Amino acid sequence: MTNASAHANDAAQPRPNRDVIISVRDLVVGFGDKTIVKGLNLDVYRGEVLGVVGGSGQGKSVLTRTILGLTPKRSGSVQVFGQNRDMLPPLERRALEQRWGVLFQNGALFSGLTVKQNIQMPMRETRDLSERLMDELALLKLELVGLNPDAADKFPSELSGGMVKRAALARALALDPELVFLDEPTSGLDPISAAEFDALIGTLQQTLGLTVFMVTHDLDSLYSICDRVAALAEGRVIAAGPLETLLASDHPWLKAYFHGVRGGRLTAARVEQKDEQWKPAPTTP
Amino acid sequence: MTVAAMQRPPKVARQSAAQGVRLALSGDWTLIASQRLEEEGRRIVEEARLDRTIAIDLSQVSQLDTAGAWLINRARHDLARRDVAVTLEHVRPEYSTLLDETRYRDFAAPSRPRFNVFFVLLADFGESIVDALREFYRGVGFLGEFVSSMIYVAANPRRFRLTSLVAQIELVGFRSVPIIVLINILVGGIVAQQGIFQLLKFGASSYTVSLIGILVLRELGVLLTSIMIAGRSGSAITAELGSMKMREEVDALLVMGLSPFEVLIAPRVLGLVISLPILTFVADMAALFGGMLVAWWYGGISPAAFASLLKEAIALHTFLVGIIKAPFMALVIGLIASMDGLATQGSAESLGRQVTSSVVKSIFMVIVMDGVFAVFFAAIDY
Repeated sequence: MTNASAHANDAAQPRPNRDVIISVRDLVVGFGDKTIVKGLNLDVYRGEVLGVVGGSGQGKSVLTRTILGLTPKRSGSVQVFGQNRDMLPPLERRALEQRWGVLFQNGALFSGLTVKQNIQMPMRETRDLSERLMDELALLKLELVGLNPDAADKFPSELSGGMVKRAALARALALDPELVFLDEPTSGLDPISAAEFDALIGTLQQTLGLTVFMVTHDLDSLYSICDRVAALAEGRVIAAGPLETLLASDHPWLKAYFHGVRGGRLTAARVEQKDEQWKPAPTTP
Repeated sequence: MTVAAMQRPPKVARQSAAQGVRLALSGDWTLIASQRLEEEGRRIVEEARLDRTIAIDLSQVSQLDTAGAWLINRARHDLARRDVAVTLEHVRPEYSTLLDETRYRDFAAPSRPRFNVFFVLLADFGESIVDALREFYRGVGFLGEFVSSMIYVAANPRRFRLTSLVAQIELVGFRSVPIIVLINILVGGIVAQQGIFQLLKFGASSYTVSLIGILVLRELGVLLTSIMIAGRSGSAITAELGSMKMREEVDALLVMGLSPFEVLIAPRVLGLVISLPILTFVADMAALFGGMLVAWWYGGISPAAFASLLKEAIALHTFLVGIIKAPFMALVIGLIASMDGLATQGSAESLGRQVTSSVVKSIFMVIVMDGVFAVFFAAIDY
C-alpha cells in the first residue's frame, strides 16, 4: 500500500513542462451512506491518451461523470481547461462544455434522429452554419470515423453495435473538441472492430490533436494507444504512469490485472514488441 | 489557451508580391467563428478566381479544425475547377495531416425521387386505411392469443401469477379510487345542477333524481371510469411493456420459453377486468352522492326525499346495465394497451407514439363499445 500511495502522490504532482488539461484534487463522491471516490487525485495532460482502468464498482464511471458534472461531488475540486466548472457563470460553463466531446458507453445517440441529424445537433444548436456546410461536415465526420455515407440517413435502431459507437464518436467530434471522454469505447465490439476502433482513436488523436480520457477494460487498447494509464481501486488512483511502470508495480490488484489469466497472456505476448512504437493500422481507402 | 485567445476571427488578405499574388490566411479557422468562417472560405474563391496561379499562405493561421480545413480544401477544389493553380505555403505539419484527412470529396446528396403532392396525399390516405384494417386483424389475433393463454393458465393453475395479479389490482384499482371518486362526485353534482335548473321550467325538478339515477348508473359511471382508466392505466401498461420491448426484456422472456402473454399480459388484463367493475361501483356511488348533495343544497330536495325518489326511479337492472359493461371495457383497454406496448420499435419517439395511440384508441373503442351495448340493451328491452 505504501508503494501505491507513493504512486498516487506522483500523479498529484504536476509536471512543470506539460499543460494540464484536467486536474482532479482530493475528490470525494458518494451516494447515500456509500462513499465511492475517496480523495482522488489525477492529472490529464494536453495531447495524451489516458487510459483509466479499475475493477467494476471502483469508481471509474463515477469519476468520469463527476468530471463531466453529471454527478455531484461531496468535496474536492475538478478543474478542466484550468477552470473550475462549478464556479463558472452559465454562459462560460456552456462554452467550456462545447470544448469537450463525450462518447457514452452505449452511444446515447438520440433515437428519434437520424445519424446525420445526431451529428449536426451540436453544430445546429451552438453555431450558425449553412445547411450545406453542416451536411458536408456531418458526412466528413462520418467518413473520419469510418462509416459509409449510406449510414447518414439511418436511425440509431437500424445500426449495429459497432456502427453505433462510430456514429456516437462522430457526434462527440462534431464541434472539434480539444478533449474527448470515451467510456469503454471498445466494449461489445468484436476484436477486429475493436482494433480498428483503437486505430481510429489513435489516428484522430494525432490528426486533430485531441486529448483523450478513456475508461476501458480492454487490455489491447491500453497497450496500443494509451500514453499513460491510471489505475483506480478503493476510490483512489493507486498508480498512474506509462504502462511499463504499472506492469512493474507489485500492487496486488495491478498484478492480478496485468499478470492474471487474461492479462498475463497478453503481457507475455507484448513483451517482445515492447520497444516498438505504436503505429496507426493501415486504413483501407 | 483562454477564451479570449480563441476569438481571433479568420481573415483572408490579398497580397501582391514579386513572385505573384498570394492570399494570406490568418486567425482561428475554427467552427467557433460560425458564419464568419464560411464567408472567409467563400472569399478565398472570390479573391482568387481571376488569377492563373495563387499561393495560399497558412503561416498566420493560429488554429485550424476540421471545418476550417474543409473550407480551405473546398475553396481549392472550386478554384481548380476554374483552372486556377493553387499551392499551399507554410503549412504546419499538424495542419497538413488535417488537410489531408479532409481533402475535398463530393457529398452531393443522392437525389430522392420527387412525387406529386396529390399522389403522396392519396397514398397516405390509402395507407392509413390499410393500416387500420391490419391493426384490427392484429387485434383479433391478439385477442385469440390472449384467450388461448388464459385457457392454458386455467388448465395449469399453478402457472398463474397471483402475486403479479394482486400487484396490478392495487396499482390499477386501489390507487385509482381517489381520482375516480373525485371526478364522479363533480360530474354527479353537475348533472344534478343542470337537471334542476332546466327541469324547473316545466316544474318537474323532482325528475332530476331519476335523471341522475338512470344516467349515472347506466352510462356515466362506467364511461367516466373507463376513460379515466384508459388514460391512467392503459398508458402505463403501454409504456411499461414498450420499454421492456425496447430493452429486449420481452425477448429475454421468449428465449426462456416463457410466454409474454402469461407473464406480462394476463396479470395486467385480468387486473383491469377485476378492478374496473369495482371502480365502476365506486364511481356510481360517488356520482349519486355528488348529485344528492347538489340536489339538497341547490334544489332543496332532502336526502331522505332523494333516496325515496331514487328507489322509485331505478331497479336492479339499471345498475347491472352499467356494471356488466365494465369487464368488457377493461378487456378492450388492456388488450389495446398491451398490443401497442409490444408494437414499440427501437426509438424513444416510437414509444411516445405507441402510448398516445394506445390511449386514443382505447378511449375511442370504449365509446364505440358503449354505443353497441346501448343498442343491444335496447333490443333485448333490458
